[in-house]
This record gives sequence, C-alpha cells and structure tokens, in this order.
Amino acid sequence: MPRQAERNAGRGAQWLGAALLLVIGVCAFLAPLIAPTDPFALDAPVLQSPSPAFPMGTDDLGRDVFSAVVHGARASSVMALGSAALIGLVGIAVGIVSGYLGRWVDDGLMRLTELVQVLPRFFLAIVVVALFGPGLDRIIVVLGITSWPPLARIVRAEVLSMRSQEYIDSARALGARTGRILWYHLLPGVVPGAAAYLSLAVAQVLLIEASLGFIGLSDPTVMSWGLLVGNARDFIRSAWWLAMFPGAAIAIAVLGLNLVADGVVARLTRRGGSGVAVSTRSSHSAA
Amino acid sequence: MSARYVWRRLLQVLPVVAGIVTVGFVLVHLAPGDPVLAIAGQDGDAAYYAAMRAKFGLDQPLLTQFATYLGNVIRGDLGTSVAQGRQVTTLIAERLPATLLLTVTALVVSSISGVIIGVFTARRHQQTADTAVSVLLLTTYAAPVFWLGQLSLIVLALWLDLFPVQGMVSARSSATGLSRYIDIGWHLVLPVSVLAAKETAVVARLLRPALVEQLALPYARTARAKGLTTRRIVWVHALRRALLPAVSIVGARVGHLFAGTVIVEIIFGWPGIGRLLLTAIQSRDHPVLLGLFLLIAFSVIIANLITDFVYTLLDPRITYA
Repeated sequence: MPRQAERNAGRGAQWLGAALLLVIGVCAFLAPLIAPTDPFALDAPVLQSPSPAFPMGTDDLGRDVFSAVVHGARASSVMALGSAALIGLVGIAVGIVSGYLGRWVDDGLMRLTELVQVLPRFFLAIVVVALFGPGLDRIIVVLGITSWPPLARIVRAEVLSMRSQEYIDSARALGARTGRILWYHLLPGVVPGAAAYLSLAVAQVLLIEASLGFIGLSDPTVMSWGLLVGNARDFIRSAWWLAMFPGAAIAIAVLGLNLVADGVVARLTRRGGSGVAVSTRSSHSAA
Repeated sequence: MSARYVWRRLLQVLPVVAGIVTVGFVLVHLAPGDPVLAIAGQDGDAAYYAAMRAKFGLDQPLLTQFATYLGNVIRGDLGTSVAQGRQVTTLIAERLPATLLLTVTALVVSSISGVIIGVFTARRHQQTADTAVSVLLLTTYAAPVFWLGQLSLIVLALWLDLFPVQGMVSARSSATGLSRYIDIGWHLVLPVSVLAAKETAVVARLLRPALVEQLALPYARTARAKGLTTRRIVWVHALRRALLPAVSIVGARVGHLFAGTVIVEIIFGWPGIGRLLLTAIQSRDHPVLLGLFLLIAFSVIIANLITDFVYTLLDPRITYA
C-alpha cells in the first residue's frame, strides 16, 4: 500500500513538472498574445510596484516587467532546446561509440570526457562571453559542448550492458554493420536515460545563463530572464519586484525540469535500468 | 590504498591540467581584437606597436607563445592585470582568504546538514515528513542562488533587520580579538546559509535513496535481530556505505560552491574574488578573468583528487578507478 501511495505521489510530481513546463512553453509560444506590450517599450511610469495595470511592476526605464518575463520565456526555450540538442548529440554519440567499440577508442574518448568534465562551466562561459561579447548563441555553444560528459558516461554504461546481450549477437551474426547496430539496436535503448539527464542538464544551463545575466553578461538586445536579473541587481533596496519575478520564473522552469527528470528516473529504477546512474551523475555535473 | 594507485592517479592529473591551460590559451588567441591595441592604446605608430609586440612576445610563433605561457602558469605567474597594473596572482591572493572562509564554511555546513536531513528523510521513508522535506529540498535545489540571496537580503536583512546587509565586518568597527571574530561570524550567517542551501539539497537527495537501500539489505536486518538500536545501525553501519555517492561528488561541489560564492559575494558585498571578477568583467581585464578560470579549474582538480583518495579509504574494494 505505501508503495502504491508513493508511486502515485511520484506520478503527481511528474505531472506537476510537466504542467510547469507547459506554462512556460505556452508563454514562449504565445508571448505577443499574453503580453501585448513590447517588453522594450519605455512607455510606463518608472519603478512602479506591482498593481493591476502592471502585475509585476515596472523597471527603472519604465518597461513592463510582466511583459519582459513572458517574452523572456522565448529566449529560455531557445536556449533549452539548442543546448539539449548539442548535449544530446555529442553525449549520445561519444557514449555509444565508446561503449560499443571499446579498446583504444574507449580509452581516448573517456580521457577527453574526464578533461571536459572538470572544466568549470560557469567560469568558462564568463571568459568566453567576456572575450567574444554577449550572445545567446555562444552561451548555447559553450554550455552545450561542455555539459555532455555525464551523459556520455550514462550512455556508455548502458551500451556496455547491452553489448553482450543475445539480440546484439544475433544482429551481428545476421551480418548487420556496426553503424546499423549502433543506430537501430543500441540507440533506442539509451534514449530514456538520456532524456532524464538532458532534462537536468538543461535546468543547469538555464541557471548558468541567469547567473551570467546577474553579473551583467547577458545580451542587452534580447529579452531574457538573465538580462532582467542583471538589471534588478542595482535596485535591490528600492524595487524588490525586479528581482522577485524573473527569479521566480527561472525557479519554476528549473523545478519543472527536475520534477520531470525525477519521474523518468523513478520509472527507470523500477524497471531495473540506469535510473540511479542518472541521478548520481547529474548531481555530479551540476556545476 | 596502495602507493601505486596514488602515483597513477597523480599522473592522470597532468594531461587534464595541460588541457585546461590549452583551453584558456586557445580562447584568448581566438578572441577578436588585437591584444597590442588593448595594451598600447589606439593611437601609437607602427614602430611602437612592433616594439610592444616584441616586448610581450607576440611576434613569436604560436607554439613558442604557448610554451612560454605554460611555463609561466607552472611557475605561478598568471600575468599582469591590464586595469590595475598588478600581478594577477597578488590580486587573487589578496581576495582568496575571504572567499575560502565563505566556501569552506558552506562546504562544512552543507555536508553536515545534508547528512542530517538525508538520514531524517530516509528513516521516515514514505511518511508525510519525508514528502514535505523532499518537496522543500527540490524547491531549494531549483531556486537560483542569486534569487535566494536577494530574497533573503530583502526580507531578513532589509525588512526584518535581523542580519547585516553588506560586508564582512561592521563598518567603523575597530573591534579586535574575540569580538571581531563574533562580528565576522555574524556577517557570515546569511551568505553561508544561501550558499549552503542548494548543496544541502544535493547531499540529502543523494543520501536518502542510498540509505533506504542499505537499510533494506540483509545485514541491517541481522544487526536489528542481534539487538542493535536503529540509531546505531543507521549512523555506524548503513551511513558509511550510503555516503559513497555523496562523497564522490565533493569535487564537483567545490566547483559549484566557487560559482555560487561569486554570486553571493556580489550580493552581500563580501570582499572576495567575486568583486574582483565583477570589476575584471567591467574593465575587460582578460588576464584576471583567465587567472580566475585557471584557479577554479585547478581547485576542482585538487578537490577531485582528494575525493578519490577519501573514496578508496571508505570503500577499500576500489583499487583503481
């Protein structure tokens, strides 16, 4: 009975997470409908506290914070999808190739994985943005090509356990080429674990972007939560709403991603798969 | 832990260190803009630029420049700050003690609180208290550090006036001895709590399932049948094994703590490397930024190294990883 209860609670949490992500997705997709005010327009009175006209107040230049938060969901969604694609691509490729081919390929790729894993991503992103100028694209690239090592390890472990199973042997006996085995027989098996890790990794990407914004490294021409957070820094004593609402939006997105990942991990663990590996590895990578 | 293991593990560190220095060097050289213009200004003539280029070795082949740079880093020379004209290592060394005070305190506090909360939730597995604490942990884990910091500054320091708002010591305080330490400790409470909150969640969330798993194993039942108290089974027998996943990420936690410390220092006006980083960003002081990057990367490597050694001590089955 308690097991059943926990399972239900776990499912509830998972759906709550999905709902939170849906809210953010809708905001991103329908931003001009939900908040028709241009987030960069300087029309409103400055530093108004939240009121029916401005539900999240206005900033020091007379911009509507509600509109900015809603439109900021777009930048975050782009960043989430872009970095997830990069991390997934590199991590799964390295993990599958390394786990299936083994030997010197495995050795080489795992050394590379170790090197990338110790890179402090937040400080690396600071150096890159400081040297090359701000922009969502370079944040996606830097965080994308540095966040894949835990994923590669999860995938590699999964492939190692699948490699010696009979269906792979029979595929090989039937004359399937390595590429076909990797693509049709191994890839589907690693997707659930990879999805769980990606969800956690994207949450970290959003947090790092926001932290970069906090120290003033956001692209000033794109409305993002990080930019809002950075603008709020100088008004902490006079205008609490500037810090409150963008931060809450980030917390909601990260919470949603974590709840969904937890749900997938719980399901995998019950099935006897890579759930535990995902949860340990991902905490490991959360720099 | 054999001497051979220690040596092999130490040797593994060398390529990683070289890799990190390479990443830094490559980034600086890929960056747009001529470094000579940054040092010598926009309005020099060609001969002056050539002289500056020669003086800083920028006319040498790239590999020679890299060898020089690597040699300098190994000797602990991280270059000169463009904005302040002083050695980067001196600038960092001045700020590092305040940062270490914050980071180490947060590491200790979050390890202890993470273990206590992890044990608490594991022993009340599937009860209401477990669920409530787990939800709280997940929320803390999701909240951005700057957000927690700003909100606690607004509510606890500005509105309720419970804690000091800024700095490491009270302004105009000339206290010495014990009262000075108390003053610093008082200023530490809020930054450390903010910094430790997320790390506590990380530790507790890793410990809880591991401990639940250990307590369900036959040896725990045997111990109970022998008449051992639950307290003893948990704290003496199960905890040691359940701690392994949490121990394995201490190195990574040092990395997060540094990142978090920078943010927390900026919020609370703490006189550490966070301020240095902020001014370096604003004045485009690349040597300082690169120096801080190397410092953090090397700290993570050393923390990982220590973690691995502690790990093998806790679990002697691991001889070579």
